[in-house]
Amino acid sequence: MIDTSTMGLIQVEEDVKILPPNIIITTFDKIINWGRLSSLWPTTFGLACCAIEMMATGASHYDFDRFGIIFRGSPRQADCVIVAGTVTKKMAPVVRRVYDQIPEPRYVVAMGSCACTGGMFKTYSTVQGCDSFLPVDVYIPGCPPRPETLLEGMMMLQEKIRNEQARWSPWR
Amino acid sequence: MAVTEVRISLHAAGIAPKEIAEKIKEKFPDQVVDVAEFRDQVSVIVKRDQIVAMLRYLHDDPLLSFDHLQDLTAVDYLNKKDVRFEVVYNLYSIRFRHNIRIRAQVPDNDPKISSVVPIWAGANWHERECFDMFGIVFSGHPDLRRILMPEDWEGYPLRKDYPLKGFEFEKDWPGFTEVIKRSKELREFEWEG
Amino acid sequence: MEPAEKIFETRELNVNMGPQHPATHGVLRLVLDIDGETIVNVTPHVGYLHRGIEKLGESLSYFQGLPLTDRMDYVSAMSNNIGYCVAVEKLYGIEAPERAKFIRTIVGEVSRISNHLLWLATHALDIGAMTVFLYCFREREWLLDLFEMISGARLTVTYPRIGGVRNDVSQEFLDSLWKFTDEFPSRILEYETLIDQNRIWLLRTKGIGVISAEEAVSWGMTGPTLRGSGVSYDIRKHMPYDAYDKVEFEVPIGTEGDTYDRYRCRMLEMRQSNNIIRQLIEKLPPGPVMAEDPKFTMPPKDKMYPITHPEKDLAYFILEKACKGCGMCLRACPAKAITGEKKAPHKINQALCVNCASCLVTCKFKSVTVVAGGKGLSEEKLAELAVAPDQLPEDIKQAQQYLTRQFEFVKKGPKVPEGEIYVATEVPKGELGFYFVSDGSAKPSRMRVRAPSFIHAGCLPRLCEGHLIADVISVIGTIDIVLGECDR
Repeated sequence: MIDTSTMGLIQVEEDVKILPPNIIITTFDKIINWGRLSSLWPTTFGLACCAIEMMATGASHYDFDRFGIIFRGSPRQADCVIVAGTVTKKMAPVVRRVYDQIPEPRYVVAMGSCACTGGMFKTYSTVQGCDSFLPVDVYIPGCPPRPETLLEGMMMLQEKIRNEQARWSPWR
Repeated sequence: MAVTEVRISLHAAGIAPKEIAEKIKEKFPDQVVDVAEFRDQVSVIVKRDQIVAMLRYLHDDPLLSFDHLQDLTAVDYLNKKDVRFEVVYNLYSIRFRHNIRIRAQVPDNDPKISSVVPIWAGANWHERECFDMFGIVFSGHPDLRRILMPEDWEGYPLRKDYPLKGFEFEKDWPGFTEVIKRSKELREFEWEG
Repeated sequence: MEPAEKIFETRELNVNMGPQHPATHGVLRLVLDIDGETIVNVTPHVGYLHRGIEKLGESLSYFQGLPLTDRMDYVSAMSNNIGYCVAVEKLYGIEAPERAKFIRTIVGEVSRISNHLLWLATHALDIGAMTVFLYCFREREWLLDLFEMISGARLTVTYPRIGGVRNDVSQEFLDSLWKFTDEFPSRILEYETLIDQNRIWLLRTKGIGVISAEEAVSWGMTGPTLRGSGVSYDIRKHMPYDAYDKVEFEVPIGTEGDTYDRYRCRMLEMRQSNNIIRQLIEKLPPGPVMAEDPKFTMPPKDKMYPITHPEKDLAYFILEKACKGCGMCLRACPAKAITGEKKAPHKINQALCVNCASCLVTCKFKSVTVVAGGKGLSEEKLAELAVAPDQLPEDIKQAQQYLTRQFEFVKKGPKVPEGEIYVATEVPKGELGFYFVSDGSAKPSRMRVRAPSFIHAGCLPRLCEGHLIADVISVIGTIDIVLGECDR
């Protein structure tokens, strides 16, 4: 749960907190978060084996599109990045650069064991987890994770977005 | 239809590997160091001086006709043999269906050998990978630079004295350490819950 | 007015493509030198997925190195496993039983179909035919369900093992596969109807990436990429392995050496694989699926049931008279149930014991024994009932021997004779070769993987000469590279 005590919110009545100066934010939160989670557009970032499972999730059997998820080619038009596969040290600057190009609000999903922790490759050229240089929101373990697991991971990300507070406001 | 399905009629299995080794010994008597056999596969261990002439003979000779370079790699025998590296050529003849393996010895203090790109164009990337992983320099190669590791990587990973897990963070490749440091600086601007 | 030459100048442009690009098949980076729209030179940069598999293979035993091969060519993981197993079996000098060879050939061909389906899906998607992508993935889901039925995993199966396969196939699997082979030719016809005589497809693939037979062999191409140029080199025919010499099939050979011919080669190969699978299912012989070689293979699991799945609960007990107090079982116990000082007889705490048998196989002085039905009994009762390990019933003694062998295998691996070997198999992408150098220990001294994608990626500059930028996409699709294999 999100720690709201440090945000300086004032409790008016039960479940209604307002920001000074006197703005009621809960309905705005609900609408904007609903808009964001219902149309999460990831940028295509398939690196290794997990990319094949990501493609299978996007195909017609386990459809991604019914969640509103459409893969965009350019990071400038995307909402999140699904790092699917092993990140090597040669590739790390590229991943970071693509992540930097995504406009806010942006999310990172680490798909597969290699993206979470380096997987079975504890070698000189593999980064032991992409969270050493990216702020990851959801970790999806598996080698590779089944399409249903990836869908569950995206739904967890949607839950996380649903519970965000005031990410849209200029006072954050 | 441009593409036809054929029942491949195969040449009968070609010359026995031992005989090919004998032919090489006849042609280049002072170059062959040893002939080893294991599970019906024969390797001819040679010195590196006339390797291009030897492989060209194997490629051009009408009865041997080794037109397919299956594999070109190197092996590091640190502390196990006198000569540290061996560059291994696995050859196959599509016409006659026989194969042979040539192992050229390359010493540690002078890791150089001639390139075979004039004979097989596909050896280009094989040799680049050998250079990248072992540090063996192929003289006469059109474009010898690193292929799998980043261009400014230091060290040759597949050598036996290179650690599997790499070096610690401070001595790592600068391209990577920079990314980590920059991401730490930018972390304060990220959304925190 | 300045002269026209000063205002207009032509330059070559340097355009970077990738490593993140929706069209490339993984993380491939191309730097194109272009003159207008025509390519002058292509420089591929690979290595963005180099995970150090060859070096990792040197620190793992042959058995432990098997899952690494799944992740190389992850589109057709079974074929990689088969290539590795055939090479290691030749190195060991053992042979898989007949049924295992047939099953391996069946799953190898299923994996070939699955690879070609994905190739067609991505190739067509790159060129623009999106429907083919969805159709191919629909078929592929059927095949991945079949893989899950026999091995538990969809993509990175580790089903072919050294000495055979992991477990037998069920009748359900064979029935479902037979049904698939009945319906598949009509599905191939569906794809062909969409693109085979399509004007746009013909314009984008005919005459693109042409290479002659001698040049293709010189560049090291193998597989359908080579056969499209007219060279009849198929390892399944040249150097047959597994059950390929027991089936009849034809090999498609092209004539022009362009993208269209390679596409037709692969489509016809899918039909041939279908045919091969049908023949093999009909001829499948009964028998064991794992070789029984006491030096090199794992012992059969059912012979170990007296200890691993006993009818009555076993209690593990250390005989005081025989125990020398060496402390090996103390270190081996994962539950820390053994206590005792050096040179004094050790004791097992029955409350903590998890019945894993580590002490049983570690003890060299034959002081650990089992008591059937002894769980819950007191120490004195156990001391009464316990007999020396030599006097235990035959099935438990044999089970103990097998268990010891299994522990050795999994912990260290069998010792391999010294020597070197190169074995090539025909994976869907070309020729996958494994070169092992063994120095007599349980781990390979050098594990080299000759990956077809690596060689084919090196041929890109030759194939893209003089074409337009959009043709580069066609060429990448036709050489069928997968970066996991290329970079290892």
